[in-house]
Amino acid sequence: MSAENKGREVNSQNPESTDPESTDRESADRESTESLMPLWEVFIRPRSGLNHKHVGSLHAPDEVMAVQAARDVYTRREEGNSIWVVKATHIVASDPDRAAENFEPAADKIYRHPSFYDIPDEVGHM
Amino acid sequence: MYSQGLIGANTQAEETQEFLDAFQARIDAEEKIEPNDPMPEAYRRTLVRMISQHAHSEIVGMLPEGNWITRAPSLRRKVALLAKVQDEGGHGLYLYSAAETLGVSREQLTEDLLSGKAKYSSIFNYPTPTWADIGAIGWLVDGAAIMNQVPLCRCSYGPYARAMVRVCKEESFHQRQGYELMKSLTEGTPEQKDLAQDALNRWWWPSIMMFGPSDTDSLHSDQSMAWKIKRFSNDELRQSFIDATVPQAELIGLTLPDPDLKWNPDKNKGKGGYDFGPIDWDEFWRVVKGHGMMNKDRLAARKKAWDDGAWVREAAVAHAKKHANEAAEAA
Amino acid sequence: MAAASQSANLAGSADAALIATLIQLADDHLILGHRVSEWCGHAPMLEEDLSLPNMALDLIGQARHLYAYAAEKEGSGRTEDDLAYLRPDRQYRNCLLVERPNTDFAHTMLRQLYFAAFMHPFWREAVNSTDDTLAAIAGKAIKEISYHIRHAGEWVVRLGDGTAESAARMQAAVESLHCYTDELFSCDDNRRACVQAGVVADGEALRADWDETINAVFAKANIVLPEVPFHQYGGRQGQHTEDFGFLLAELQYMQRAYPGAAW
Repeated sequence: MSAENKGREVNSQNPESTDPESTDRESADRESTESLMPLWEVFIRPRSGLNHKHVGSLHAPDEVMAVQAARDVYTRREEGNSIWVVKATHIVASDPDRAAENFEPAADKIYRHPSFYDIPDEVGHM
Repeated sequence: MYSQGLIGANTQAEETQEFLDAFQARIDAEEKIEPNDPMPEAYRRTLVRMISQHAHSEIVGMLPEGNWITRAPSLRRKVALLAKVQDEGGHGLYLYSAAETLGVSREQLTEDLLSGKAKYSSIFNYPTPTWADIGAIGWLVDGAAIMNQVPLCRCSYGPYARAMVRVCKEESFHQRQGYELMKSLTEGTPEQKDLAQDALNRWWWPSIMMFGPSDTDSLHSDQSMAWKIKRFSNDELRQSFIDATVPQAELIGLTLPDPDLKWNPDKNKGKGGYDFGPIDWDEFWRVVKGHGMMNKDRLAARKKAWDDGAWVREAAVAHAKKHANEAAEAA
Repeated sequence: MAAASQSANLAGSADAALIATLIQLADDHLILGHRVSEWCGHAPMLEEDLSLPNMALDLIGQARHLYAYAAEKEGSGRTEDDLAYLRPDRQYRNCLLVERPNTDFAHTMLRQLYFAAFMHPFWREAVNSTDDTLAAIAGKAIKEISYHIRHAGEWVVRLGDGTAESAARMQAAVESLHCYTDELFSCDDNRRACVQAGVVADGEALRADWDETINAVFAKANIVLPEVPFHQYGGRQGQHTEDFGFLLAELQYMQRAYPGAAW
């Protein structure tokens, strides 16, 4: 299960989310971390001065092998000069069911943007 | 509300008409669907089927070409082939990762492949008896794959589209590698030219079958198009592939094994295109159903790699657990 | 125009010693690269299906540089492919270690570690070679081989200190391969001439580095170094194990089946 699919787990904020399915999912997770290779999310910095960017995921037994696998899988064509790996289960994601309350309130706060303010053209770039 | 469980889990979504309409409206507005977004169960299932088939095809596809790595006739050809087959492994990996965002595990997908439950592209059930097959696969099979894959970069499901962008970027050398290889054979001795023509004869029809059944017989096409998982129909892509390939064959002096192949100026809404002979769909279905020459060998090779590797994977996980515990105790 | 008669013509010259040494090195890399490439598509996990070809590509790439330089020094019109594909088995001068079959993942990773642990100090010294071309090849190769030590070393640790089965397999790999390691350090007359000319380092001088790398990994991997009553040599004189004939049969198949064809 990918970190991209982690939103459900964060529903622990939400007292109503005790549906039986998330229990199934957790037990499936537990089984997979005990007997199978954990999933890691991979972030690569293309070159100095840029952010690390999510590029994909892979399976590896531990952090050392995860970095090596990331090097072998995701930097075969000089894609970067630095690698981060994060265990997928360690990523905390916002709850998609709360996307509206999280993100929509920012929409009408237009005074946070420079175009909200009128200044004379003669001032030039400001 | 809506959730994505593991395959087979009961979802509690109520797929009301309102929900389905809202989903279709997002698709129609060219919005990308991301892993946690609400989605109809059938959309999710279609994607898992498509992405995992695609991933399996990459992985099984390593075998017919891998067959020639140790016999490549020059060091330059050897490194190119090795890098190409390695890429196919990478593509399988990106695609399994994309499928995993839909709540299936790689182990589960692997088991489905090994049990014969999951399908992969039937082209890989044909054998590669000669070196020229490496050229034919690169030129035709990768050419057909690119035709299929470029539109998938705009697929409505975000992780699949992103994986395909990476795949297509890397794939670009594959077809050139194959065509250059074929070209070098046609410029060689008569014996080499025969190798090239023989490989083309064997791979041409399977390649154009790769686009799948004709639109009139395709089970999944309409809904996948409406969901913008697919952007073009099987027949449209097949026609584009044939139109692109005919002049490439002519340029290197090879003959496509289809006596009915003929330019038709009225095709493609008056832009012109090639008419071609009837496709042997019986052969296609026979191979899909597991009766291709190499079906059993391919699965046996994958199963052997998986089974032989079990002790390695177990050791790695055991080591990680042992040392995670030590670290915890030391803390 | 077999290599033997060629080197006979040049016998005694510094170039002959250099060419022979380059071919030894190139053969080591080609043959090990070939062995590692046999894994492609059959690795224990998908991630490793990318790592193994990366190592094989490094090795074959280094072999190409070395063959090309040897061919240039010969000056008789032979190419890297002539050297790689068109010699009889007795003229391949790779050490026996690199031709040993893959057997299983433990053998493969151990063989890689043994070889890389030697090549790392070898290239480190060769960076300052009196031969500029070899120094340039070394500058590139040392980065690649450092990663091979890390990757193979991490696997040896995990297999040695993993499950009972993996530990037994790892120990078995050590028992079967350790007797081939001494040949890494061997030095024939040609190589000795190159050592004296400051082209390459004396293998024996690199033994402490090799021991240090191997001991550090083996300590973490709980591997017990076996008693080796007799070390195997032969490859540097062109005397190979039986497996090698089959490797060459595959490697050379196309060049032998279609003599003179260009690919």
